[in-house]
Amino acid sequence: MSIKVRVVERKGRTFLEQLYLVEVVKGMTVTLGHFFRNLLDNSRLYVRHYPEVKPEISPRWRGRHRLTRHEDGSVKCVACFMCQTNCPSNCIMIEAGERFDGRSEKMPVKFDIDLLECIYCGYCVEACPMDAIRMDTGIFSVTSNSRESLLIGLEQLMETPGGFSEVDYHKGGG
Amino acid sequence: MTDTVSEKLRALFPDIEPQKVLDATVIDVEPERLMVVMERLKTYPDLDFSLLLDITAVDYLTYPGQQGGRFRVVYTLRNWKRNWLLQVRTPVADPELGLPTVSGLWGAADWAEREVYDQYGIRFQGHPDLRRILNHWQFEGHPLRKDYDIYKGQVCYEPDRLEKEIRARLAAKGIDQSTMSDINTEMMFLNLGPSHPATHGAIRIFTALDGETIMANVNEIGYLHRGFEKTAENRTYNQIIPLTDRLNYCSALMNNIAYVKAVESWLGIEITDRAMFMRVILGEFFRVQDHLVCLAANLVDMGGLTNYWYLYNEKEASYDFISRLTGARLTSSFTRIGGMYRDFYEGWEADLERQLQAIEKGVNDSLKLVLQNRIVHDRTQGTCVLSPEKALSYGYTGPNLRSTGIAFDLRKDNPYYHYDSFDFDIPIGSRGDIYDRIMVRFEEIFESIKIIRQAVKRIPAGPVFVDDHRVALPPKEQVYHKIEGLANHFKLIFEGVKTPAGEWYDSYEAANGELGFHFVSDGSGTPYKLKVRPPCFYAMSGFHEMIEGEMIADAIINLGSINIIGGELDR
Ligand code: SF4
Ligand code: SF4
Repeated sequence: MSIKVRVVERKGRTFLEQLYLVEVVKGMTVTLGHFFRNLLDNSRLYVRHYPEVKPEISPRWRGRHRLTRHEDGSVKCVACFMCQTNCPSNCIMIEAGERFDGRSEKMPVKFDIDLLECIYCGYCVEACPMDAIRMDTGIFSVTSNSRESLLIGLEQLMETPGGFSEVDYHKGGG
Repeated sequence: MTDTVSEKLRALFPDIEPQKVLDATVIDVEPERLMVVMERLKTYPDLDFSLLLDITAVDYLTYPGQQGGRFRVVYTLRNWKRNWLLQVRTPVADPELGLPTVSGLWGAADWAEREVYDQYGIRFQGHPDLRRILNHWQFEGHPLRKDYDIYKGQVCYEPDRLEKEIRARLAAKGIDQSTMSDINTEMMFLNLGPSHPATHGAIRIFTALDGETIMANVNEIGYLHRGFEKTAENRTYNQIIPLTDRLNYCSALMNNIAYVKAVESWLGIEITDRAMFMRVILGEFFRVQDHLVCLAANLVDMGGLTNYWYLYNEKEASYDFISRLTGARLTSSFTRIGGMYRDFYEGWEADLERQLQAIEKGVNDSLKLVLQNRIVHDRTQGTCVLSPEKALSYGYTGPNLRSTGIAFDLRKDNPYYHYDSFDFDIPIGSRGDIYDRIMVRFEEIFESIKIIRQAVKRIPAGPVFVDDHRVALPPKEQVYHKIEGLANHFKLIFEGVKTPAGEWYDSYEAANGELGFHFVSDGSGTPYKLKVRPPCFYAMSGFHEMIEGEMIADAIINLGSINIIGGELDR
């Protein structure tokens, strides 16, 4: 096993190279090769017909967030502020309120994420001790005509379903 | 190894006591003696610190228990032949008086000192052109001083004319415009950029032209400056990782690795073998990506658009693999202090191998078009030559330095992550022209693929995280179900990974050269100071030396050939 130093060869000295034409024809065969291959079988082209054809989104994909729920539909979040603390762009704003369903003491009454500030790092998901916030919606395109609509709140976050099965999500390491 | 450098230093300066901090030897020098010491360090053949890697300052205003003065300037030097790393620290009593400049010794000091002046307000006596560099010219105050409010942004309302600077450069080159008017011609001043497709980002290249020949050039950067270092001072160590994605965004994961490696080295953490191999595989994979971008764009600048498809298609396809693995295409954020964010997914080997073969095919197709093509030779051979002396003086590292014939590569000279156990070549150039820069990168792609294949064969099974609850978040299972796990999780998220108080520098061979981080820790979970040593910044600082005397079109392809990435250049 060794690391060797090697000087790269400088091309361009031979007569054939100087002649220019030979090499250009050779280059042309490469280009034409691509041309005919693509002409005969365009299924392997690197063109995606977006938006008709969506890109592949894997279970690990850090998409737009959602808040998960218990079977009875109540929010899992206990308003512990861990995600808000761990967020490097300070774009989560939570307000805690009292909780009466006996699951815990607190729950969020306000849960805003400013998607224009968010850098989609996934640190909120990593910080959550309740598996209450996830980025597994598969939503990769976050666009809008107004700034206000990109400040999403509790309702929108709870409404969005997950994009993957639990099995696939956990296989991805979530 | 470092002991010999300590001995040599002691012999020359008996009253200076060298300390060892990680790989570096650190000496404290009084300002009065700074010039003498620096001159010897540079010129004594025994010491030969030919590379000035970086200059930065520390503001101790709020540092707990700090005695003595407020400011200290730190010079980071390297003797590349013997792998000696040296840091020279000098207190600054009065920032207005500052320190004498070392720009006469190293070209790199020109921009480095400007940055220190810009960020900390420390002056350098005798500096030829001491003005702001990252912040705009109408900026008031010095943002990295501890008393500068992080939320106080400032807007620039007028462009900088740069007229004085270009005239000074013309004068320095001994060009007299009156002789030109004698023959009824005159100098033309032309801006290339800042927003021009050929600048691949926002960089302003201001030129003085005689016909199409560039007589003098000054450059303005900072258009993408977003205060990385200031932000870092207000985030925990782990929170900075997503920010490093945005340094050199063509190889985001390499920055992630470089950064956590620097923190881990100070914490004394030995990461698991699997994590090391993952970092080797992914680091090299991203080196390939970075070179693909550079070459593709460079060949487009030259008019070879077909090459762009052959190279860039594969970069694009690689993003599918990367996003499957990391959860994002560009901003990977895939490392954590103590390991990796996730392990590889099931079936990654096949995906990776398929991608490597596709890259090889794309690169080989592109080589068939350019390798023996006379147009490429005529345009690149002998143009924008950089001599090894100049390259070292301006602080070039990575492929740009190696293209001048200097075989300095941290993977060989200061190996980490078992690099010394791999079989690969370090390609170097012989002339230092554009051709060499292109070909060295082409060759490095193949060498990186070689390393990846070896690492894939050897990667052991096992955890990707150290089992140490001071730095690593506990597994989710423990957080959900065990009170102890939850407590550790809580503590780490709220306080961050705590590092012992001190100062250190650590570096990594990124795609563009030596990517270093200089930290100052006060013992808390947030760095007191963090300075990036960006390879691009120094490559750009020597740009004018390469293009003066060449044609405009050469300047364009030269910019592509040194691979300037705005995110890292401007931070
Ligand atoms: S993804 Fe990152 S930036 Fe966005 S909300 Fe979560 S922690 Fe904050
Ligand atoms: S989402 Fe999770 S981390 Fe955030 S407040 Fe709710 S429970 Fe805590």
